Amino acid sequence: MAFLEVHDVSKAFTVGKGSTVNALHRIDLSVAEGEFVTLVGRSGCGKSTLLRIIAGLMEPTSGSVRIDGTEVSRPRRDVGLMLQQPALMPWRTTLENVLLPTEVMGKDQRKYRERAHELLEMTGLKGFENRYPRQLSGGMQQRVSLCRSLIHDPAVLLMDEPFAALDALTREELSIELQRICASQRKTVIFVTHSIEEAVLLADRVVVMSPRPGRVKRIVPIAASRPRTLGMSEQIETLARAAGELRELLFDTRDAASSVAA
Amino acid sequence: MSAVVHDRPVTAAARGGLLPFLDRRVLVALLPLIATAVFVLLWWGLKLLNGWNDVILPSPARVLASLSSNSSLLWRHGLVTLQETVLGYGLAIVIAVPLGVLIGYSWVIDKALSPILMGLNAVPKVAVAPLLIIWMGFGMEPKVAMVVLLSFFPIVLGAASGIKATPPDLIEMMRSLDPTPLQMFFKLRLRAALPQIFVGLQVAIALAVIGAVIGEFAGATKGLGYLITVSGGTADTSLAFASLVILSGISIALYYIVLAIERLLVPWAEVRA
Repeated sequence: MAFLEVHDVSKAFTVGKGSTVNALHRIDLSVAEGEFVTLVGRSGCGKSTLLRIIAGLMEPTSGSVRIDGTEVSRPRRDVGLMLQQPALMPWRTTLENVLLPTEVMGKDQRKYRERAHELLEMTGLKGFENRYPRQLSGGMQQRVSLCRSLIHDPAVLLMDEPFAALDALTREELSIELQRICASQRKTVIFVTHSIEEAVLLADRVVVMSPRPGRVKRIVPIAASRPRTLGMSEQIETLARAAGELRELLFDTRDAASSVAA
Repeated sequence: MSAVVHDRPVTAAARGGLLPFLDRRVLVALLPLIATAVFVLLWWGLKLLNGWNDVILPSPARVLASLSSNSSLLWRHGLVTLQETVLGYGLAIVIAVPLGVLIGYSWVIDKALSPILMGLNAVPKVAVAPLLIIWMGFGMEPKVAMVVLLSFFPIVLGAASGIKATPPDLIEMMRSLDPTPLQMFFKLRLRAALPQIFVGLQVAIALAVIGAVIGEFAGATKGLGYLITVSGGTADTSLAFASLVILSGISIALYYIVLAIERLLVPWAEVRA
């Protein structure tokens, strides 16, 4: 059995009087331990909803999610979450923000201080430990957020468009850092994005979703070796081919027609 | 790495705008002094132009003289007013902050209590002063109660809106850590509400002083409000003005104390000096 298993998950939201929207329709997904999976799709395809259900922040209408053999019914401590917004507490310094999860989980702070410093050094934030979020650039804030999601060494990392609000260069830089971290700490990652380049660059497998209702349209394996970059390298052809395939899937004529009709 | 570190954004206004040749810190100290001087000159000019005598409008010099010759009197009565103000304000905080927090947290409590609170707030407080005296006598209690009545509402509003305004991304991030309700409250919601609670506290401190004076007007034997009533009766307008100066001094001092406590507790909020 897979390490992370999404089984027959559907989610319907009630909007207004009695009318419902089917955000997710019978999703099945198996993710192996240490695997990096990206979810791509147009807005409204339910990819963020699926991530929140896996995180235990939202209940599915039907179906279930299992991580490491146990069913997810509430947020778990072996899962780290990173959002599009850094979501840092403005009254906490960089170091205090990074240590927040261990504090909430009632773990011994002294043990984790060292790890926090290591993570900050790894993400290029050495020297900024005592700064407040408003003294940091957007890219640095998102790096702090990344360190925070890693501090308690979770087995699973769930990321909801974590780099979407950043400029293109910072975004690429962080994608490369993330690959390095995942390679060295062996994380199982589910990464939501609407960027085809990002999906291809990061993923072992790309899950292409289609909207109304959100379904898994196809799963595309990316066979290129790591580490990958968007620069000139031997994987450039593999990555470009995969990106082309994804683009065709996402701009499917049938989908285009139905989205015009809706 | 894109390390754009900015402690304070530099804008045209921050450089002194109209008076660019002066340093900002000098300006901050100078501007109130200039404005005060203009105000005193206007006061004096109006009096001279209209030929008003000292009963109608005493000169700034007469008020200064009254301040120094009545210093012990003013001090004694000022202390009474200050005491009523601080007691009432403290009591208002103790009641209003928890109530505001409850209203901010619970939709049910909000819907149940908000109409009552709005109705109570709409009552002109001056009209209640005689009732307070009937209920509590002529001592300090009705004055303290009046201070509570006036300073209560802005604090409730500040606390309620502060609790309601917790950024949703912070709530979601916190929820993903599976916190206890107490952790959610103390580590996130209360902390995030502090800036808005302090907005309420700042509005309330000025109202608190007004409350004490209203209470004293309605029936008292001491306090600056009482002193003003008495000096009106004896046509000692300079003493009334001297009392007003002390009152506004108390009000300003208390305001800055609240501000200083805010700087201490909420140093992360944007500082706009």
